Amino acid sequence: MDAIRITSPLDDKVIEKLRAGTRVLVSGVVYTARDAAHRRIVEALDRGEKPPFDLKGQTIYYAGPTPARPGRVIGSIGPTTAGRVDVYTPRLLAEGIKAMIGKGSRSPAVREAIQKHRAVYFVATGGAGALLSKFIKQAELVAYEDLGTEAVRRLVVKDFPAIVADDIYGADLFEREQAKYRREG
Amino acid sequence: MESGLAMTDRCKGVRSITPREIKTSAITRTVAELCLKANLELDEDVLAILKKAEQAEESPLGKEVLRDIIENARIAREERLPLCQDCGIVVIFLEVGQDVHVTGDLYEAITEGVRQAYTRGYLRKSIVLQPLSARANTGDNTPPIIHTEIVPGDRLKIACLPKGAGTEMMSRVIMLKPADGRKGVIDFVVDTVRQAGGNPCPPLIVGVGIGATAEVAMLIAKKVLLRRVGEPNPDPEVAGLEAELLAKVNDLGIGPLGLGGRTTALAVHADVRPTHIATLPVAVSLQCHSVRHREAVL
Repeated sequence: MDAIRITSPLDDKVIEKLRAGTRVLVSGVVYTARDAAHRRIVEALDRGEKPPFDLKGQTIYYAGPTPARPGRVIGSIGPTTAGRVDVYTPRLLAEGIKAMIGKGSRSPAVREAIQKHRAVYFVATGGAGALLSKFIKQAELVAYEDLGTEAVRRLVVKDFPAIVADDIYGADLFEREQAKYRREG
Repeated sequence: MESGLAMTDRCKGVRSITPREIKTSAITRTVAELCLKANLELDEDVLAILKKAEQAEESPLGKEVLRDIIENARIAREERLPLCQDCGIVVIFLEVGQDVHVTGDLYEAITEGVRQAYTRGYLRKSIVLQPLSARANTGDNTPPIIHTEIVPGDRLKIACLPKGAGTEMMSRVIMLKPADGRKGVIDFVVDTVRQAGGNPCPPLIVGVGIGATAEVAMLIAKKVLLRRVGEPNPDPEVAGLEAELLAKVNDLGIGPLGLGGRTTALAVHADVRPTHIATLPVAVSLQCHSVRHREAVL
């Protein structure tokens, strides 16, 4: 199946077309955030403060890059395990986050929130950080510099390859594909 | 002096050994090289196994993921980019010959090697000094974890295993009853891989430590990850267990990155140790497809 080109921030019309298993090439803007940044964003929201970037409609890439060598935009940057931020995700989806890129499956609560808030979770190839760095065209520090690799960065990506894992219709790519190859006696 | 004379007498007949000197600068340099090589270059043996897995994989998605992994290794090597953005917590296994004398602080020399590789080599710094509330990054990926074994001889063997969190988070240890036996071991290992799903970046190397005590079982589970991928345990019974576990784990259907397929693990490495009459400790440590371990002998 051919990949479809989409642009982030995603609009609802695009999200409606995405089904578990759809291959996409993402262009546009995505923000990196991992565990520590999630915690700080949620704490800021709890205090009634503004988050470090406008969450409405945005895409979060669960990733912490290696430092860029001179002359490069960024170092290796593959997805990290999404499940570690599951505890924060329903809140961020309620605040307007529309898409997430990571690796590994999500909790039932996150999958429900994805349906409720009409969002999407993509997987990218875990452990392919060198390969995926090729699709990052710009990187700019946005917040939490003290967190080092865990700081929030605004990335401009071009044709970043990913696959829809969880869609607004409740389908989950991991469950569906693993069942096809399971041989348990 | 009498005491001096007594000492000389006591030493009579004892073979005098001049310790072999190893400079800390050589240790630092070696550790830095091992860290860099491990993070930037996927071993040719592993690459060959991944290519075979890609040929054999039935799942189209699984095949695609395996191709990505192989292509990633090429880019990493050619462009000096880390294979994975998670350059890990550095686990060092030392085998120190008892006739070695290190001039200086051995552990500091190793720590300095890690520091140099991670700061000068554009590797990610992923260590926080305090695991609870503060969690401040140390900024140079130190300290490493160092396991030391004293062995006969005058050599120093240094094995370096940068361990990513995706796999480390899925480690498990259990104290089974002797009555649980082989089946109990198999059930626990398979269940650990099942629960880990796509999180630890399969295809995996599954490390299994059986016997000893709780903490040693885990150490063994990690140490067997240093073995050449797919090399069976020399004990036929343990090798048989490895083969059965590999088949069972691959029947889970998890596949590359959890996206379904036959290749959930490339190998299972197990080892056993003497244990108490009342215990059957079992530990599992997982290694992702980015098999990063390198060793050197000084």
